[in-house]
Formats: sequence, C-alpha cells, structure tokens
Amino acid sequence: MIHSLFLINASGDIFLEKHWKSVVSRSVCDYFFEAQERASEPENVPPVIPTPHHYLISVLRHRIYFVAVIQSEVPPLFVIEFLHRVVDTFQDYFGVCTEAAIKDNVVVVYELLEEMLDNGFPLATESNILKELIKPPTILRTMVNTITGSTNVGEQLPTGQLSVVPWRRTGVKYTNNEAYFDVVEEIDAIIDKSGSTITAEIQGVIDACVKLTGMPDLTLSFMNPRLLDDVSFHPCVRFKRWEAERILSFIPPDGNFRLLSYHVSSQNLVAIPVYVKHNITFREGSSQGRFDLTLGPKQTMGKAVEAVLVSSQLPRGVLNANLNASQGTYTFDPVTKMLTWDVGKINPQKLPSLKGSMNLQAGASKPDENPTINIQLKIQQMAISGLKVNRLDMYGEKYKPFKGIKYMTKAGKFQVRT
Amino acid sequence: MSASSAFNEEKGGSSSVGEPEYGHDPASGGIFSSDYKRHDDLKEMLDSNKDSLKLEAMKRIVAMIARGKNASDLFPAVVKNVACKNIEVKKLVYVYLVRYAEEQQDLALLSISTFQRGLKDPNQLIRASALRVLSSIRVTIIVPIMMLAIKEAASDMSPYVRKTAAHAIPKLYSLDPEQKDQLIEVIEKLLADKTTLVAGSVVMAFEEVCPERIDLIHKNYRKLCNLLIDVEEWGQVVIINMLTRYARTQFLNPNMNDEEEEEKEKKAEAPMAKRKPYVMDPDHRLLLRNTKPLLQSRNAAVVMAVAQLYFHLAPKVEVGVIAKALVRLLRSHSEVQYVVLQNVATMSIKRRGMFEPYLKSFYIRSTDPTQIKVLKLEVLTNLANETNISTILREFQTYIKSMDKDFVAATIQAIGRCATNIGEVRDTCLNGLVQLLSNRDELVVAESVVVIKKLLQMQPEKHSDIIKHMAKLTDNIQVPMARASILWLIGEYCEHVPKIAPDVLRKMAKSFTNEEDIVKLQIINLAAKLYLTNSKQTKLLTQYVLNLAKYDQNYDIRDRARFIRQLIVPTEKSGALSKYAKKLFLALKPAPVLESPFKDRDHFQLGSLSHLLNAKAGGYQELPDWPEAAPDPSVRNVEVKDSVRAVGTVTCRDRESEQSSEEEERKHQRKSDQQKSDSESESDEESDSESSQSESDDSDSEADVKKKKKDPVCNNRKHKCIDSCFNSLVLCLQNISPCSALKSYELLHRIRGEGLSVEYCFSRQPFSPDGNMVAVQMQFTNNATSEAKNLHMEDVKLQSGMRVKEFPEIELLPAGETATAVMGIDFCDSTQAANFQLCTHTRKFFVSIQPPVGELMRPVFLTENEFKKEQGELISVTCRPPTPFLSDSRFNSIRFILFCIAQNLPCGSDKECRFAGRTVTSGSLVLATVATKEGGAAQLTVNCEKMVIGTMLVKDVLLALTQ
Repeated sequence: MIHSLFLINASGDIFLEKHWKSVVSRSVCDYFFEAQERASEPENVPPVIPTPHHYLISVLRHRIYFVAVIQSEVPPLFVIEFLHRVVDTFQDYFGVCTEAAIKDNVVVVYELLEEMLDNGFPLATESNILKELIKPPTILRTMVNTITGSTNVGEQLPTGQLSVVPWRRTGVKYTNNEAYFDVVEEIDAIIDKSGSTITAEIQGVIDACVKLTGMPDLTLSFMNPRLLDDVSFHPCVRFKRWEAERILSFIPPDGNFRLLSYHVSSQNLVAIPVYVKHNITFREGSSQGRFDLTLGPKQTMGKAVEAVLVSSQLPRGVLNANLNASQGTYTFDPVTKMLTWDVGKINPQKLPSLKGSMNLQAGASKPDENPTINIQLKIQQMAISGLKVNRLDMYGEKYKPFKGIKYMTKAGKFQVRT
Repeated sequence: MSASSAFNEEKGGSSSVGEPEYGHDPASGGIFSSDYKRHDDLKEMLDSNKDSLKLEAMKRIVAMIARGKNASDLFPAVVKNVACKNIEVKKLVYVYLVRYAEEQQDLALLSISTFQRGLKDPNQLIRASALRVLSSIRVTIIVPIMMLAIKEAASDMSPYVRKTAAHAIPKLYSLDPEQKDQLIEVIEKLLADKTTLVAGSVVMAFEEVCPERIDLIHKNYRKLCNLLIDVEEWGQVVIINMLTRYARTQFLNPNMNDEEEEEKEKKAEAPMAKRKPYVMDPDHRLLLRNTKPLLQSRNAAVVMAVAQLYFHLAPKVEVGVIAKALVRLLRSHSEVQYVVLQNVATMSIKRRGMFEPYLKSFYIRSTDPTQIKVLKLEVLTNLANETNISTILREFQTYIKSMDKDFVAATIQAIGRCATNIGEVRDTCLNGLVQLLSNRDELVVAESVVVIKKLLQMQPEKHSDIIKHMAKLTDNIQVPMARASILWLIGEYCEHVPKIAPDVLRKMAKSFTNEEDIVKLQIINLAAKLYLTNSKQTKLLTQYVLNLAKYDQNYDIRDRARFIRQLIVPTEKSGALSKYAKKLFLALKPAPVLESPFKDRDHFQLGSLSHLLNAKAGGYQELPDWPEAAPDPSVRNVEVKDSVRAVGTVTCRDRESEQSSEEEERKHQRKSDQQKSDSESESDEESDSESSQSESDDSDSEADVKKKKKDPVCNNRKHKCIDSCFNSLVLCLQNISPCSALKSYELLHRIRGEGLSVEYCFSRQPFSPDGNMVAVQMQFTNNATSEAKNLHMEDVKLQSGMRVKEFPEIELLPAGETATAVMGIDFCDSTQAANFQLCTHTRKFFVSIQPPVGELMRPVFLTENEFKKEQGELISVTCRPPTPFLSDSRFNSIRFILFCIAQNLPCGSDKECRFAGRTVTSGSLVLATVATKEGGAAQLTVNCEKMVIGTMLVKDVLLALTQ
C-alpha cells in the first residue's frame, strides 16, 4: 500500500523521509515540485499526482506537505485519511505539528511511523495504543530521561492491541474522576447581497475529555435527538443502541477524543446570529472607492456575540485603504490585499462599523469583482440548533465522576457576498 | 538533493570543525553530518556497554536515516545490538535493520537467529514483533525461514500473532513471487479465522497475492459480512472493496428489470417471455444490510467504500442513502473533498436524483481552492434540470464576478453546458454570455466566445447579430482559441453576414504572419469558404492567404494550404473532388454535444485510484459485469463441523456465538448490558428480518438433512427412529434427579502423581461456606508404598472474578488409603478452568479443574406463567436434535448435562417439557424447553440471559446425543 512518506516544508525542502518497503529515491518528489510550480496557490496542488512508476498522494497541513508514495491501486481516500491521522497524532504528541517540532522529536516521529504502518498497511492508529507504546515527550520526561538514561518507549508490552476495546488502554487510574463534553456547533452560511440567506446549515461536534478510572460504560442522552440528521461516531459508540433508542452508549477512550459529529437537517430554519450592512463601491474614472461596513446582532437568543473577526479579500487593483473602525483594529495587507478587522464583542447599543475609502491604482479601470466578506464569531453557552444533553450516566464503576457539559456556537464557513 | 545540502550548511556547520560532541542532544542538530570521524564516535558508542550511550548513538543514526543520509557503513556495529536488553535501543536497531538489510544481505543474516528465538517466546507480543521484523528484512536467502515462520504463526494461539502472519504474507510475496501457491494455502487458512483482528489483514493479503481466487471467499463470505462492523477501520475498507468485486461475480443485477424496461421503451417489441421477477439473493441483502451502518463511520475512506458498494451493488431505490454521508464528507479536509467530489461527479451523472436535495451543499465559497471550485461546478452542472436551472444560473452569475479567473472560465463553460442540455434556458444563457463579451478581462471574453460558438451552432440563423458582434471583436481579442472560434463562425455562417465576412478576411490576411498556428488554419478555412460562396470579392484575398501559407514554417499549415488550393481553385488538372468542394466545406455540421468529463467513468470502481485518474493504475482489479445467471448460491453454505447435521441457530442478533469462546468470554462482560437492552428495545421489524434470515439458514440446513435422508441405506431406519428417540429423550429428562450418576473426573493420574491419584466430581450440593461457589468433591487415593503428608493446594491461578475456597489440608494419607475433601470454586458462570498446584510434602503437581456447563447451574421452580414470561425476555438458543439413536448407556450423559434443570416443571401439553435452573454465581435464569413437532422432529430451546451459557448448553446436549 503506502510505500514511502516524504515531508516537505513550505520552501520545498524534504526534511524527513520514511520507507516501509524498499527505498524509493527522493527524486520522485521532483514530480511533486513540478505540480507545485504549476499550481498558483499552495492548496491547489492536486492531491493525487501520477508519475511514470509511482503515484504521489499528498496532504497539506500546517504548511507542510505530507507526500505518500504509492505503487499500485489503492483507494486514494485511504491514504489521505491515513496521512491526516498521522498529522493528528503528531499534534497530539507534540502540541503543534510544525517542521521544528518534527525535527526536534525526529526519533519519536520515526518510532511512531514505524508502529503506525506495517509494510504500508495501517497497524496501530489509535492514539491510546500508540501512547502505550511510545510515551509522548514532556519537558519533565525529557529532563528525567537525560539524567537517568531511561527511555520514551513503554517498558510494558502494550496489551491494548489485543483488547476488544482497542481504543481504551487498560489500568487507567485517576484521583479526580472527570468527564467533560463540549458541544460545539458551527454555522456554515452564504448570505447574498441583499442579506437573504442562500444556504445555511449547522454542523456540530461533541468533543470529550474523559478522565475516568477503570472501564466505565457511559450513556449520554439528548433532550431532542431528532434534531440530529446525519451523524458519525467514534468507533466506541454502540451503533445499534443509537438506532433503537437514540442514546449514545460507549466505553470512552482515555483522554481527549471526538465522540460524535453531526449535521442538523437543513429543513430546520437556521438562526443567523449577525447581520452585515455593507456598501463597497468603486466609481468609474476615479481612483477612489468607498468602503462602509456595519455589523449587528440578529438572532442570538440574548447571548453576546464575541470574538468577531471580519476578513475580506479586496480586488487586486486596491492599493491601500484608509478606514476608521469604531471598535477594534483593522489591518490591510497591501501584498495579498487581505483586509482583516478584529471586532471583538458586539455591543447591541453601539454597533461596530468600519468606514473609509480605498485607493486604487492610478489609471486602473474599475474592478468588476465584488469582494466577499468572511465572518468568524463565537457565542458561549448556546448551541444554535437548540440541541441539549439530557443526562450522562455511568455504569461499570462504583465511584461518582464529576461531569460537565459546555455549549458553544461558532461561525464556520460564514460568507456574505457583496 | 539541494534541500539536504542546504540543511547541512545551516545545521551541520559545526561538523567541518570536527570537534567531538559527546552527550550532545540528538535533536538539536549537528547530527546529520556525514563526517566519517563522527561515525567513528558512533561506533565507539555502540560498542560501549552502557545502554544510555548506545541509545544516544542509535538516536543519532535514526535521525540520519530520517534525513535521508547514508548510514550503511555502521551496519556491523548496529547489528551487534539486535539482542540488546533495552527496548528502545532494540526498536531503533530494528528500524535500522529494516532500512539497510537489503543492502547488506550477508551481515543481516547475523541477526536472524535472534528473531528465530523471538518466534518461540511465550509472550505473544514478542512473537509477533519478531515475525514482523523478520518478514520486513528483504533478504532473499531467508525466504524458506520466513515461509516456515509464517506457516507456524498462522496457526498460533494468539490472534495478534496470526494478524502479523497475515501482514507478512504480502512481504514474502513481493520478495519471492514463486512462493505464491504456498502462500495461498496460508491465506486460505487465515481466511477461515473467526476473529476480527485477523479479518482485515488477511483480506489485504488476499488482495495483494491472489485477488483472482474469488473461490476462496465463498465459504467465508457470510462470516466476513457479519464480522465487518467490528473489524478495525482500515480493514473495513479493504474488505468492503473486495466484497464489492465478489458480489459482482456472484449475484444478479438488482436493477436488471428496470434496465430491461428502459430498453423496452426504446424498442417496443421486446420479448415478454424473457422477463422473470428478480429476487435478491439473501447473501446479497446481508452484505447491503451489514455495510449500511458503516456510512456513519468517522473514517472518510470507510464511508467512501460503503458508498461505492451501494452505487455498484444496490437496487436503484436504495442507493439514495449514501448521498447524505457523502455530502457530510464535504466538510472535511480539502483533499478529502477533492476525492469525494470526483466520485460525486461521476455518480451524479448516472443517478442525478440522489444528490438533488443537497444541491445547496455544492454551492461555492470564495475561500474554496480552485480545484475544489471547479469540481463543485461540475457537480452543479450535472445536477441542473428544468426545475432548478434558474437558481443554478443565478448562482453562476455571482461566480462570474469572482476574482479567480480560472474559476470564471470554468463557470462560463458550465453555463454553456447547461444551455445545451436544457433547451428552455438556451436564449437566456446566450444573452448572458454575449454580455460577457464586453467584459474587461480578456480571458473571460475568450472563454465566452468559445462557448458561444458552440451554442450558435445549434441555431445559427436566429443569431446573425451575435455573429456580427463577434466579428467586431477580432480587433481586440488576442487569445488564439477565441480568435480561431470567431473565424470559424464567420466562415461557417458567411451567408448570414455576407458584408462583414470579406472584410474580416481582409484584416486577417494583413496580420496573417503574426497569428498563432491555430488561427492561421482558421484563416485558411475562412478564405476557402468565402471563395466558394463569394469568389468575386475574395478571390484575390484567398490567393494571397494561400500564398502566405505556402511558405509558412509550420508544415501543417503548408499542407493545409496545398490541399485547399487543389480543391477549390479550378485548374485543368483538378480532379473529380473539386466539384464537391462546396459540399465538403459547407456541409451541415452536427452541433457539438457538451459532455461532462466524468461521463462513463463509472466503469472504474468508484473510490479507486484508477477512477480518480481515469486511467488504469497498476494492480487495479476490473469490476466484473453482472453475471447473466446467478452462480450456485450454495457454495457459500458453511458445513457444520459436528457430525450431526444440526444447526444451532441463534436468534439473537449479536455475532458472539460465532466467535471463538475465549474472546466470547471477554466480550461478554462488555456487551451483556447492551445486549439486554438491545433485545428488549429492538423494534419488531428488525427482529423480524433477523428471524427471516435465520429461517432461511434453517431451511438450508434442513435441505441438507433432507439430502442426507435420501441416502437409501439409512433412510428408513432413521425415519422410524425419530419418534422413539424423542420419547426417550423426554423420558430421560423427566426422570433425572439431582443426585443420580455423579460423574468423576481425573485430576491427577497415579503415574504422573507418583502413586497419588486424585479424582473429583461435582457433588451438586450447595457449598455451605459460600452460596455462589460450586462444590467440588475430591477423592485422594494413595497407591504408593509410602505415606503422603501435608496435602494442600497452592498458587491458584484464576481468570478475573473467579474465587476459590481451598480444601482443608490433609495432614497424613497412609499408603493404600483414600481420603475425601470438598473445595468450593466460584467459576463466575464461565467454563474457564481453575488452575492450581497440588502439593504434597515432597512434590508439586499442576492441575486444573474445568466445569461442564451443566455444573454451573442449580434447579429452581417456576410456575408455567412465570416460565413463559421469563422465556419471552431471554435470549433463546434453539436446535433440532436430528435422528440419533438413543440407547440406555447414553442416558447418563444427558442426565448429567440436564441435571441442573432437573426441576421438571408442570406443563399443560404433553408435547412439551420444561426445565428451569439458575446459574450459581449470578443467578441468571436458564430455561430449557423440549418440544415435539409434526413429523417427529424434536426441538430443544434454551433461553438464557447469558448467550454463552445457552449456546454451550445446547452444544453439550447435542454432543451427548451423538456420543
């Protein structure tokens, strides 16, 4: 399946290579560099590149290309999904997945890659199993290791791989038993010029952080499970129980994991939390343009809209912008023509606005494209779909855990066309 | 390579100075140098006897490998450490070995013996890792050793080692393809494995080594379908893809009749006789049903695999379920989106209705990468129809204003395709495109011209004003393709613009030498066409153009000029063809059909690399066409290993009964809760379908029994026996009393025990110190000549949850005497053995006690109503004892098994006998019913909360009946 893996940084250096079968020369990456040159933007490099003897399948994350070399037919998503899993594991281990972090931990990275694939076929990708095999580096452990000469490799043989609950390691112990669940919903929307909604949908996830002793068996039920239209589960969730009773029943992995992601049916009306009044115009013949933007809360159910960030890609002809923000700060990058406005919290009494003029290149004709406005925001303590967790019960263990649920709404791909 | 040297300059600068750096942090750099002196340090460190130094050295070496630096000269120094005690050093040595063994074959052999030793280790994980490394060393000499190791590991006790064996198969195959036949044997063996751990890996090996041996799958098909949901996600992908191919060869096309109907609509007189109703093979249904829940997987590859399975195998009406899951994947990383959209594009051509409800999910955001935008556009175009075209066109209008010009060009193409496909909007589209001709961006204009040209071909006579407008554009547009398109249009429809056409030719003749080749060719064409229609005005111009072309650098153009001159300019030598010149040039040309590039891509299996590239990738297995007639479905019937042809059908839907008992035990603990609630809450329809499935299984096995009956010798005798046998079965069950016929088992034989022999039996009395324990009565006999002292037990090894109450020590057992003692064991309602050591004053003997399932229960009394109520709530295990001959000597064994249910309960019907018991530890009810049926068949049903107990009880009764 997967023959080799090359890690390539933004400046085109191959800084790590790993082969699971015979060695493939790194010159195979030349085909990748060619494709990279052809693509205008880094994210436009095709994920699958055929070469005379190999196929290159790549993903781009954190400005690093993970390029897998394939020799024969394999479902491309299989490789892509695996590569993303590799990145997730690195992030889990090192906190960040940057070139520096990988270079600093090159031995751990190599040990991980060795365990994750056998002969190019995934072997252990579950983070709980991997952590049993190879302990993640922490500052304390690094210090202890240097002093005592002990290792990062687990001394005990990992039994997790043999277990019927492979996602959970055995012998978990905590003094404080806690289970936290975050219900995070994102609104994806496209709003047209006149302010009417073209498409809006809600995607949600439930991320969990479970630190419970032993083998707890949890059930989580919702007040309104019918809202959930399409769901995908962590493998620990018993699917049949969900089908029959709409209850999530599972033995959780230890630590952080994504329990569930869901989609709220598009039949339901989606509440749009903010509105945008905009007036972006360029006049024919003059090298000036007007920029006028006001934000206001719309359907927020009384909650405050926070961490609002507005960004817009202005037309290429714009040289600079002289704007005046009533609140927050704005920046305009004259190279990428990206305008960002960090608004912060919206105060309904005094609506934030950004007004001013843009200077166009002298003599350039009026740009005929209209910039789109992307908005990011956060609303605490509310799931915009109205989803509510009813209760969380634990079976199988005697102690009483501390339970917590948090709700949050964010803007996902929230765009306003002008 | 420039990359690495750049890195060297930056990080390895210190290496040129050459100062030794002991204890340097391996991660901080300076370690990637290829300086030979440095290697000497490493060698020294590897040779030291301090693990920390060795580890330090190995870390540096691995970092070198990661950088792609050559570290092969260290091979001898590294390979010495293969047996190092430190686990991390060992692991890093493995990494090194696997990387360089291929280059240093002779030296690599030094390490083999270590792995061979590891293969014999009592710890399964060490056995597995030894096999893993051994098989990863690509040294041809050790092929026989690998083969042997794989064969041995394939029958290992531990499923994890068997999984590793499955992984090793493709490695050996790529090293030496000659071993194929032997490897297929191993694959066949592993395919029969019943554990989820092995299933995915062995199917992967099957796909790499012998994908053509579809016959190996038959017997394992149902098992694979049932295990699928519990297999790890990567294995699921491989299995689903393989099963898709399998199903295409074994089942009939579920849409066969629909397609026939379609054909019939085309030609009305299709033969009626040929149509026969389609009935789906239950195995086909099984596959579809068991894969469906996987659409909910978090793994995009699994979702895609199920989606392609449904697309290729499901009846039309059911394919729709995959759309929602695929649309969900569009929220994922852009690479995932890219692959999914490609597949959606192909699907949306064949089954447009499926994605129509999700139209808005394909709307394009300005932040999408261009390649995603273009694919979404493709899907939107495929989905366009009369009802939604207006919204789609409105959406396209906003796209045209995008800053991404490649995307705008693709949008214009898309509008063109919508216009050709949907007649009603053609004029609107055309008008819109004409407006674009005044766009400031040349690329947009050029793309519009090309598309308009295609559209105009459909109805040119209406649109001469557009053609005139376009003729004017020749002054401004520089994009060759667009210029060529305009020229072609004017030439083709010169009769509609008789005044303008010659003028355009005049301008073109002027700039001929500066034009691109493609434009020049069209100028020649235009000239020729004008010459034929309007030779008076254009004769000289044409001559001029042809003369210019004659001396062009491009031979295509010279060729074309020569050819056209011969054809149109009449000379005395000109052949017969010139008469037809007008017909040749101005023939009515069919309008081009604008087709999706994804049309007919579905002959590649969806989700595959080949589909994505639209070209066959190496190792791609063609998706076969449906067979005309279904092959024999009975090949998938699995023979029951027992000599009895009885099938213990489990009406509970969990798959546990099919798994090996050791795993069953473990799993049981976990799932029992779930099971209970499952069986309570399960909706009726679900269980209906389940039972119908099991009925069909039953009928299969009944058919088997019937076949057997045809055997002329046994037939009559057997038939007669049925009645008597059943009666005697009932009889024996009724007459059992708890204390009859205690069977003794041997714990220690007198030869092994050096004169001491021990027997034990289950006394079936309550064990007074602890009610949850089973009483075991032991009888010690001293056959030796000397006395035995201090008989006691030690070192009890139990499965978790089990407990033992030891028997009191026997201080003295004189020669020739016997003594008895009672101990209690809490077996936790499992048939796991209790292991302990029996000690005398001189010796210790390892012994173990394993209870038959019947000894784990006690009789209880229930009224008929209670019995029926309980029965309804418990999982039932049913079997039909066939036609064995019951003789008196067999009674004891049956009694023994069913003694536990000895409370023979009163019962209304004489056709039925009921028994009830409770398990000793947990007190779960065990109910048994024996019923006669018409025709003398008997049926034994056991209802029990614990599936395992129920299944084993049935098995034991069957076994007793056949003994």
